[in-house]
Amino acid sequence: MTPQSIAVNRFGLGGRPDEEVGDDPRAWLLGQVARYQPRPASLAGTPSTLQVGQFIADFQHDRREARQAKRRLADPGEGTAKAGAEATDGGRPTAGKSPRRAEYGHEVRGSYNASVGARVNTALVTDTPFTERLVYFWSNHFALAVKNPRVRALAGPFEVDAIRAHVTGNFQDLLFAAERHPAMLLYLSQATSAGPDSPAAKRGGKEIGLNENLAREIMELHTLGVRSGYTQADVTEFARALTGWTTPELVNAAGHGAAGQFGFAAQRHQPGARTVLGKTYAEGGVEQGEAILRDLAAHPATARHIATKLTRHFAGASEPQAMVDRLADAFTRSQGDLPTVYRALIASPEAWAPQPIRFRTPWEWSIATLRATGTRGVDALDAVGTFKQLAQPVWYPRQPSGWDDDDAAWAAPDALVRRVEEAERLAARMSAPVDARRIADRLFPGAVSPSTQQALTRAESPSQALALLYTSPEMMRR
Amino acid sequence: MIDRRSLLRRSALLGAGLALAPRMAFAAAATEKRFVFIIQRGAADGLATLAPTADPGYARLRGALAEHSGFKLDGTFALHASLANTAQLYSQGEALFAHAIASPYRDRSHFDGQNVLETGAAGAFQVRDGWMNRMLGIVPQEGRSAIAVSATVPLALRGVHEVASYAPTDLPDASDDLLARVTAMYAGDAQLHALWSEAMETRRLTAGMGEGGKESGAATGALAATLLKPANGARIATIETGGWDTHFGQAHRLAIQLTALDGLIDALRTGLGPSWNDTVVLVATEFGRTAAANGTGGTDHGTGAAAMLLGGAVKGGRIITDWPGLSPSALYQSRDLKPTMQLDAFIAGAVAGHYGTDPARTMATLFPGAGGARPVEGLIRS
Repeated sequence: MTPQSIAVNRFGLGGRPDEEVGDDPRAWLLGQVARYQPRPASLAGTPSTLQVGQFIADFQHDRREARQAKRRLADPGEGTAKAGAEATDGGRPTAGKSPRRAEYGHEVRGSYNASVGARVNTALVTDTPFTERLVYFWSNHFALAVKNPRVRALAGPFEVDAIRAHVTGNFQDLLFAAERHPAMLLYLSQATSAGPDSPAAKRGGKEIGLNENLAREIMELHTLGVRSGYTQADVTEFARALTGWTTPELVNAAGHGAAGQFGFAAQRHQPGARTVLGKTYAEGGVEQGEAILRDLAAHPATARHIATKLTRHFAGASEPQAMVDRLADAFTRSQGDLPTVYRALIASPEAWAPQPIRFRTPWEWSIATLRATGTRGVDALDAVGTFKQLAQPVWYPRQPSGWDDDDAAWAAPDALVRRVEEAERLAARMSAPVDARRIADRLFPGAVSPSTQQALTRAESPSQALALLYTSPEMMRR
Repeated sequence: MIDRRSLLRRSALLGAGLALAPRMAFAAAATEKRFVFIIQRGAADGLATLAPTADPGYARLRGALAEHSGFKLDGTFALHASLANTAQLYSQGEALFAHAIASPYRDRSHFDGQNVLETGAAGAFQVRDGWMNRMLGIVPQEGRSAIAVSATVPLALRGVHEVASYAPTDLPDASDDLLARVTAMYAGDAQLHALWSEAMETRRLTAGMGEGGKESGAATGALAATLLKPANGARIATIETGGWDTHFGQAHRLAIQLTALDGLIDALRTGLGPSWNDTVVLVATEFGRTAAANGTGGTDHGTGAAAMLLGGAVKGGRIITDWPGLSPSALYQSRDLKPTMQLDAFIAGAVAGHYGTDPARTMATLFPGAGGARPVEGLIRS
């Protein structure tokens, strides 16, 4: 791969007909960091966190009203217990879908589909593909899974409002934005967590208790990294400090602000000082958890963890030590200034190895194939279906650690067959005939293998040649 | 003409099911005449489709690949055994075959050959629109509604006249032909070769017999019929088929291809009902294949091919050819069936005969580079 090709494919999202790298690929990448737009025009139509929060809150309100109305008609004594049990949104289905529930489901799907479509379109038209790649990296680092309807509706806004906003900022700001976002608070069950000695717990009631999920994943996945020296006790203490971190209007608790915002529910907060990783944090409200989170952001293990993940993403599974050290150092030296880390990344020779290093994920591969022919937009529903077909439904990894940044996850027999099927389908839809051989030469100058060249030349139709280009070894890797 | 947006909306809803026939908002078509072009992409082998069994060169050149079990149509030719329904049409006078026929194109590139097949020009990339689109300009007004039965409009139907396209969204598994080519492409890549071999092995174990083939062909034919049949439906259509490029394993693969084609034609005929009587279906390919078999149980790119006209409007039950023979001196460039008929003249003759358009004007409009060639006469019932 030429340096230009590396910049375009490994750092970027795959070549586009109008993409010009120029003589200095590194400068091209650095320029993108400077030009990056958190909210480009291609995302203009997508719903915001507050908008989505509002329709969720509206639905919950309507559902509560409906239940209360039903209760008033039924036996008062029996009704009370029932209404209480259903206060939390566990997603339990009512007998027969009400029109209101169907409408809500439609809004949820609509939000998700629109967000996925906009994400793809942004990838296709962006002139800062490197920073877009970093958006996906951080989004996967702070992974959500859209199993729950509320999280599904909020996933797109989460990526825009929490992740995109801070990709070229400071890690601490990014961390705070992610952990305070309603999508994260709901996904990791933080929103209903309460200290055992909190006023809310003392009042009694259904399932009031401590939930350690967010605390654990913050330490294990988002900051320090697994096996970096924290103990179970640290996790529990941190979880206690985080009690009260919630999104009040979305958990049927007393909320009076706009739905979709972070809120601190003092009545759920565990009183007392906390000790995490040997340091004691004075009793307090929201600032107690914030202080711990700040220290986690600044911890050397966090720098190392982030550095390792970035190295793996760009330089492969061997995670060259020199590069990890370099990035960790940049992180620490700059106190989490992400552009400083990105500059060290771009300057790392390990990331410029001439042979392809990583197998493209379904997302990366799809975007690359669409960009190769200069496609500027896709149908949202079609995109959602495609990634489901390719076994990487957007924002729906199987665990909170996100999609494994590991070739073995994707370089698998069935996954490969699905790509070939998708390639044929995509190629058949080209509205104008394209010459796959010319595209190949442009995408991979001097690097098209003889067998790929032969396959393209012998194809029985332009459409088939394009399908073969899409499935070629050159297209599968970056 | 057509409400494209509602078309696309319906296609998203319908999936592969044909239970709901899409209602097309065409201007009311008052003609019963229908014209369908089934494009065979990949250079379909005419010699195996319509085998000159009586020609001594055939068995000699084709060896193990020579087809012996087909439907004998006359003293010389036999129709491939997989084309049962088509043979039936022949016996009813509704199928006509042309042999040793070719477009003006004399090279052997799929890209260029298909470009000539679809544009109707004398050479590749000389003309930018398709002959079928130009045809829309000369056929009677009420017979002009056109549709491509595929996700996008093929070049043959592209041009100034507006046409629609329709295809079900649930597409079948990747075609066998593509899978075979991917196998070849991955041969030099250790990682992909290993993964792919495993995938194909699994597929062999789990795939049913006769996958694709007749069922998918019939589905396409039925779909085309639902688009062409209604009073306010389309009257002109293209259907694209692939997988004809049988460089290896021809015996088996061509049988599957022709079974699918036969199923397609039969489903189209059945679906059209009485409208079949006013229908002409053209089946043609960019060029034929080598007279001799190659070393991998297949054939390579050639020149002279076969073409078909099917439909109740066709004056069928005959084979039109100026058969050059397969002796060594008779072969084109010592390797291919020599073309002795012009595909241009054949198609123009079918169109002029069907629509009653002026033959010379038809020829000049559809095939601008054809010089003074005259359209073939007598192909269509009057």
